[in-house]
Amino acid sequence: MRKYFGRKIFVYALTFFAAVTINWMIPRLMPGDPIKSRLARASLNDAGAAEALYGYFNKMFGLDLPLWQQYLNFWVSLFQGDLGISIWNFPTPVIDLILGAVPYSLGLLLPSIILSWLVGNWFGAYAARSKWLDNTILPIGYILTATPYMWLALLLAWSLGIVAGLFPAAGSYGLSLQPAFTWTFISSLLEHWFLPFLSLFLVALGGWAIGMRNMIIYELESEYSNYLQALGAPRRLIRKYAFRNAMLPQLTGLAVQLGTVVAGALLTEIVFSYQGLGYLILQAIQNQDFFLLQGTFLFIVIGVLIANFIIDIVYALVDPRVRVQMQGGAK
Amino acid sequence: MTLEVSDLRVYYRTLRGDVRALDGPTFTVADGEIMGLAGESGSGKSTLSKSLIRLDGRMRYIGGSVTLDGDEMPIWDDRAMDEFRYKRVSIIPQYAMSAMNPTRKIGKMIAELLESRGVRFRDVRDELHRRLELVELERDVLDRYPLELSGGMKQRTVMVISTLLNPSLLIADEVTSALDVSTQRAVAETLVEFRDREFVKSMIVVTHDISLVYQIADTIMVMYGGRLAEKASAKTIIEMPKHPYTKMLLDSLPEVGVKYEDKRLSGIPGSPPGLLNPPQGCRFRDRCPLADKQCLEQPPFVEVESDHHVACWKAE
Amino acid sequence: MTAAQPLPDPTTAPEEPAVATPKAPRLEALYFALRNPKLVVGLSIVLLFLLVGLVVPPFLEHTPGERYAPPLLPPSAEHWFGTTQFGQDLFTQFVYGIRSTFLVGFLGGGIAAVIGMTIGFVAGYKGGWIDEVLNMLTNVVLVLPTLAVLFIIAAYVDSYGVVTQSFFIGMTSWPWAARAVRSQALSLSSRDFVDLARLSGVRPWKIIVRDIAPNMSSYLFMTFILLFGGAVLAAAGLDFVGLGPNDGMSLGLIMHQAVKWGALQLGVWWWFVPPGLGITAIVGSMYVMNVGLDEVFNPKLREM
Repeated sequence: MRKYFGRKIFVYALTFFAAVTINWMIPRLMPGDPIKSRLARASLNDAGAAEALYGYFNKMFGLDLPLWQQYLNFWVSLFQGDLGISIWNFPTPVIDLILGAVPYSLGLLLPSIILSWLVGNWFGAYAARSKWLDNTILPIGYILTATPYMWLALLLAWSLGIVAGLFPAAGSYGLSLQPAFTWTFISSLLEHWFLPFLSLFLVALGGWAIGMRNMIIYELESEYSNYLQALGAPRRLIRKYAFRNAMLPQLTGLAVQLGTVVAGALLTEIVFSYQGLGYLILQAIQNQDFFLLQGTFLFIVIGVLIANFIIDIVYALVDPRVRVQMQGGAK
Repeated sequence: MTLEVSDLRVYYRTLRGDVRALDGPTFTVADGEIMGLAGESGSGKSTLSKSLIRLDGRMRYIGGSVTLDGDEMPIWDDRAMDEFRYKRVSIIPQYAMSAMNPTRKIGKMIAELLESRGVRFRDVRDELHRRLELVELERDVLDRYPLELSGGMKQRTVMVISTLLNPSLLIADEVTSALDVSTQRAVAETLVEFRDREFVKSMIVVTHDISLVYQIADTIMVMYGGRLAEKASAKTIIEMPKHPYTKMLLDSLPEVGVKYEDKRLSGIPGSPPGLLNPPQGCRFRDRCPLADKQCLEQPPFVEVESDHHVACWKAE
Repeated sequence: MTAAQPLPDPTTAPEEPAVATPKAPRLEALYFALRNPKLVVGLSIVLLFLLVGLVVPPFLEHTPGERYAPPLLPPSAEHWFGTTQFGQDLFTQFVYGIRSTFLVGFLGGGIAAVIGMTIGFVAGYKGGWIDEVLNMLTNVVLVLPTLAVLFIIAAYVDSYGVVTQSFFIGMTSWPWAARAVRSQALSLSSRDFVDLARLSGVRPWKIIVRDIAPNMSSYLFMTFILLFGGAVLAAAGLDFVGLGPNDGMSLGLIMHQAVKWGALQLGVWWWFVPPGLGITAIVGSMYVMNVGLDEVFNPKLREM
């Protein structure tokens, strides 16, 4: 038990460390004076902002200090929850902007990841049943995985949103509304949520269906399947075993694919001007708001790490082999 | 007679034509008989053992018949064969170590298997416990996952599972090849005990190890190039073989316990014939020191002495 | 990106019946290849696009950025794919975009393949602490959300080209390939013929290149195709948020400009539909082609 999770946590800690280091290092690797060039390119609307920022940048980067000191300071301010001040939305702290956007991103990601995984697995297992189904579901699955997230989002926004007018094609809720616990607001929220959700769900669906189809074929050819067939067990039982065993690598696949789906969510949010982290990233890029960009990046990494850890726990719960090994019962 | 096989032909379909992996053997296995099945790889012995229970994807039934206890087995019909499988003909596979679903507790898997075959688990549970005891396994292996068992334990568990419904015919496919010598012996003895206790009526033991077969088998059948070469009592085969191939096979064994498969036999020059376009006549002719013109014609598999069948013109 | 899909396992490739005569596996593979509709259709589409990207540009009169036509013309005989708000010809942009799509795919996928295979082979073959360290490295990069890392890197680089972009993509997208190759190499390196080579003192690199890699060449090729598709999609994502190369045209950039200048609201579908369709067609055909290849190399799947 301790070994399994210990190892995982170590990798995650290392990943976090690497992400923070990348964040710290990249501005310093660039040629020239990073502060000046950033400031020159930042689009500042506020007159006082430039001055405040210059001081802030200096404190944050502390370029006159020795490198190790700079690095240490970076970590210290990170642990104080200090990710800097946004330039795009001066003078809101980056952390506040991010915390405001996180619920929207999660609201898109969680349902689309979970549903696409479940439905995709179901389709995939179904495809492995017959040549005909296989030849239909498989190409559709491949086309879906090959679709760029933002393109499907554009197609849906245009066709269902703008042409058919069934759903709003932009924003997170009606422009005239204020967030509140009212029916009007919630229904507006759901309306705006639907297309980005659908878009994410569809693209992710294909990959799961293909993965499941391949895994289940592999399982059906395994030796325990052969043995059961030789003993005349019905296809139903063999399929049931194969499906359950194929779910386990699919769960690991979920962890592997997480980064891709998150990236897909960022792109989808941009198309729909949906105010999650992707939208923040776009604003950060367009306004050269590097604190915001870096802060968002760190949050995404943290989110992915937490999700990975949750998947590890679930995996340990559902795979008896891991359970048995954790109890030290293996011989 | 438990098993009667008559002119059974099973080929592999390939692009370049049929590979005649099993080309018309005719033989019987008597009630209570343990028959050792020997031959190099490519001799057709594993094709034969698979044909008796389940053809794999690329094997095609061409002709011939297989009769078990007087009923013809529809080996060409995968679905219809299900009725025979497990209940009347069963197998201990070569891969016994990985034959059990890794994510199911063993007891649960057995229960699900039995129920799916219309047998109530409750009705056989006591017998299952008794048999596990017989092979010196604790009852609680049923509450464990395959992963928690040692190789030998898995092997014994699979032996018990495979024979639980008292099949007429059991095929033991290279069951000892993955085991160490002392375990091999124990497994072989268990097979005999299963027969003596009438858990199974007859048995075909496919193996690498001719010395092991000799210890447990009543009869030995030698195959070559998809056909039968010789069948007789184990003692006769070892002491008075008539087919030149059997003789060379025995001569080439340096000592007891050495496996002869996999590599080409050092004592016999040449290699087994390709079965895509097999040579006419006796298939051993190219490697046979006694071969002459007569051998261009295929020798029949005939009884030259009581219970001693040979396919060779030169066997007197 | 389809990192989750398992590739066939060459080490458990079905055994031919031992009775088969010595044969020409290459010819047999070709025979099946030509009769596999997935492979034939997929490859045809990919080659068609490649041909368009390679051959057409020199024949075009205008550059992709040139503003010479009336704005927002729908597709017509004159402008096959219509024009942008600035009077740029969208067909011209599309053709140049295909070019950079293939470039990014080959370079990005190639770099990722080289890194992934090197790390995978060394880890799988060497084992021990080298394996531990490389495995750790692989896991760390695997968990990092690739596109987000690329955002950060690309945002700080003031100007860069397609080659640099491919390099960044290759550097971040190799981990799953390393994992897959490692597990294959692991099982191959315990085979007899490798043991023999090792015992006779052949150098590790030679063993990997001479004995291990050829045994999984089809697997490696399919890995490369998946990496190619992943690189194309990653580049499209970068280009779409406006972090793409500053020189040249790409399919992602067309979509970026379409969104930036309100093509969606204006209903100018011809601005954003063709570029996405192009990416989907190229990457999708490669994936379908991969399934075909899989069926050719792995005879067990042919019966399905």
